Order: sequence, then structure tokens, then C-alpha cells
Amino acid sequence: MMQGYERADGRKGIRNVIVVAYLVECAHHVARRIVDVSADMDVHLIGFPGCYPNEYSLRMMKNLCVHPNVGGVLIVSLGCEGFNREGLQAVVAASGRPVETLVIQERGGTATTIAAGVKAVAAMKASIVHTPRVAIGVEDLVIATVCGGSDGTSGLTANPAVGKCFDRLVARGSTCIFEETGELIGCEQIMAERAVTPALGEAITACVAKAANYYTVMGYGSFAPGNADGGLTTQEEKSMGAYAKSGDSPISGIIKPGDHPPSNGLYLLDVVPDGEPRFGFPNINDNAEIAELIACGAHITLFTTGRGSVVGSAISPVIKICANPETFQRMPDDMDVDAGRILNGDATLDEVGAEIFAKIAAVASGERSVSESLGHQEFILTYKSFEPVGPACLPVRARRA
Amino acid sequence: MTSNQPSPLILLHEKDNVLACRRKIHPGDTLLIDGTSIAARGDIEVGHKLARVDLGPGDIVLKYGVPIGSITQPTRIGEHVHTHNMKSDYIAITTRQSTGGESKS
Repeated sequence: MMQGYERADGRKGIRNVIVVAYLVECAHHVARRIVDVSADMDVHLIGFPGCYPNEYSLRMMKNLCVHPNVGGVLIVSLGCEGFNREGLQAVVAASGRPVETLVIQERGGTATTIAAGVKAVAAMKASIVHTPRVAIGVEDLVIATVCGGSDGTSGLTANPAVGKCFDRLVARGSTCIFEETGELIGCEQIMAERAVTPALGEAITACVAKAANYYTVMGYGSFAPGNADGGLTTQEEKSMGAYAKSGDSPISGIIKPGDHPPSNGLYLLDVVPDGEPRFGFPNINDNAEIAELIACGAHITLFTTGRGSVVGSAISPVIKICANPETFQRMPDDMDVDAGRILNGDATLDEVGAEIFAKIAAVASGERSVSESLGHQEFILTYKSFEPVGPACLPVRARRA
Repeated sequence: MTSNQPSPLILLHEKDNVLACRRKIHPGDTLLIDGTSIAARGDIEVGHKLARVDLGPGDIVLKYGVPIGSITQPTRIGEHVHTHNMKSDYIAITTRQSTGGESKS
């Protein structure tokens, strides 16, 4: 039985990190120095660079700061930015976590704020030593998946292997989330047929159509030069490979960034903003998606890569699954699982799916994933806007038993 | 290349008209496609795909049993299928030219 961290809202964490959160780019350096000087693998930096207020980013920051993997929060504000720091502090305080806000303009500037921050983090570290431990099972876990640096092998090995793992997790009561409707363009009909209700199926088709429209306005699909070097020719070819990560389970609902899935089962995260395209690309890179999955409660993100991504994340561990055997040979120290063996005939999809499942159990029990050990704690948050999901999106409302 | 290695080509779905490469293919390599021996005409990298049958402009490309785009140039059986002879039917892929490495003169 795995041991987790008990939180007041009933959720359970697999890590107990202190988050240092800056509220505008002007406070970024001070916050980063506090994290650097603290020199602790479990002190993580997150933040929002913009000075204009934005509901989406406030909601993201609130959800991230009370994520079950977070034990305490230090907020670093310049003082004059538009971010609602009182609102953020109140949400963290209401969750029962230790929280402190430092305002650089009131503290006397850079050096004094860094010194105060380092002291505050040390005090928080000492107090969360006493966070109650609690048994945590597979049914308590929220597991997300993304792909990045995809190539023609991604859809043959790592992605369908994650799909096998997702089927295994869903059968055992976990909550699983896949995402990026812009990378599911071309799969909408087959995906809609897996919805638990016809109305949800229609909502899935509509949200992929929204993504296709959004990317058309932007002028680029979710398609990078490395994708083409790796043998992917079109958006829909990349989509079919990405879609394989979702496995074969029924799709229980659609959520948006910051929504917590209301039950166990498989959920699609709609990451494309609502309304007229306003703030640029829906997700400017893979970490923007990972941050959104974590804001939905993900304990661990399964990251498949063909070309060889190296990223991790703040707050929740990333498990890296390498699709391409040549990439694995080139950069083995960045990969947790070698799914390229499937291509050589040395392992089956089921075997690699079981291996990923075992790795999730190990990482949930405290073992560091490769990107965690290497110190990867990437984080990014930008402007977006969303409407709440419609009633057809969440036909299953029962909390898990 | 020893003869006891599995075929470098994978058929992902019986309806498909392209095959995926699991190993790098070199010019002159003999490819066995549905019982027909064909000499490879150029390099084809791991993860890339080639034509299972002769294809012409407007033909829908099927992979995983579903459409993934359409052919723009006459393409013979065994030839590389990629951006030079195929396009998306959803979103045009507009992207910078990749150099494929750290530096290339």
C-alpha cells in the first residue's frame, strides 16, 4: 500500500512540496532566488508573468496552490500588479495550508525580500514535516498524459502503450485525463463514438471543431518541424498517433483547465479557449498543457516522446516514455520507460503498458522520476479565457465511492 | 542486414495504402510488399512511411485504417510518402524549414 499526504479537502497527495508563486514577471527574479537559495528538490517555482488581471490565470494559480501535492505556499508580489493576491492567499489559507505573502515594494526591495522568503520557506518546511500520512490506492490517483516531440514512432509504440496503461488504470478506479483537442483533429468521429452519452459525443465533436477553427485563425496547426523530420506528414496523422494515448475505455466527460473530474474514469481536457481567438496560440508549448492537467488535479503526467523531450514540471512528477529506439539510445538518461523495444519486437504493447503502470506505482510511492531527479521543474502560464463546460459534458456526476 | 530480422515495414491496418518503417531503409534494400519484391529508391527513416500501392494526385492516404491526408504527386509503390507528395485535408502545415540538426552547412 502506498503512503500519501492527507489534505483537508479529502484528496491525497504523492508529494509535499512548498510552492513559491510570483504574481507578475517583475517578481520572478526574487521568487526564483528564494527557490535557488533554499536548494531543496521539494521547493518549486510557479508564477504568472502578466500584469493585467485574467480570470483563467487566477483560477489556475488557485488550483495549483491547493493541489494535493502542495504542502505550503509562499506568494511573491511586486505590489502594483493586477493579480488578485488577496484572493489567492485566501484560497490557500482556507485549505489549511501554511501561506505567506511577501510584497517587494513593502519589504524594502530585492535583497530583503529574498532573505525574508528564504526564512519563510524554511519555516514552512519545518511545519509540514507533520503533514498526516494516509494510505493511498490506485483509485485515489489522477493520471494525465501528453505527448511532445512526436514522430512517426510515437503512434506505434509509446502512445498505444500509454493507452494500454490507461485502460488498466480506469479498470482499477483511477481517474485518467487526456487532452489537446487541437491534436485530435481528424479523430473526432471515432472519439465521439466512445462517449458515455450521445450528447457528450456531440460535445466532443464540437470541441474539436472549435480547435480546428482556432488553429486555422492562428495560421499554424499543432505541428512542429521535428514532427515532420520524424515522419509525420499531416495534422490528422499526428492526431491519430496522439489519440492512441487515450486507450479504449469509454469517455466519461469533458473538462476545462482547473475543473476536477467529478468521478473516476476517462476524461478529455479541452484546452482551447472559448470565444473569438484573442490571446494567441492555445498552448504555446508542452508545459502549458502539463500545468493545466495539474490544475485539474493530476498527480503524475505520462509524457510520450519520439524526438526526445527532456521536460518535467513543478508540483507533479512527469514520467517520460520514449517511443523511438534511436532516441532512447541517444538520450537514455532522460527516459523512464523504453517503449521503442516494441518496434524491435522485444516487447509487446501490453508489456510496456504494464511497465508504465508499475512505474506510476513506484513514483506515487515516492521514487523520483528521471526528470524529477534531474531537477526539471518547468512551469508556464499565459492568458486564456474559458466559459464553464455545458451540462452535456459531465453526464457522470457521482463522486467516486 | 541479416535475413532473420523482422520486415522493416509494418502494416497497421489492412485498409491502409501506406506502410510504416520500423528500421531505416537504404537505397537498394529489397522491400517485400504484399508478396512483391521492390528495390528501395532512397533513404527512408524510422517512423516514416512508404506507398503500399501506386498512388496518384487526389488519392486519400489511409493509415491506422483512417484518412490522414491526400496525395499531391504521382507516387509509386515503395516510394517515400511525406510532405513532398502528400497534404493535410484539415489544416495546411505551415512551419519553418527544419535543419534537422544543431548545425548544417
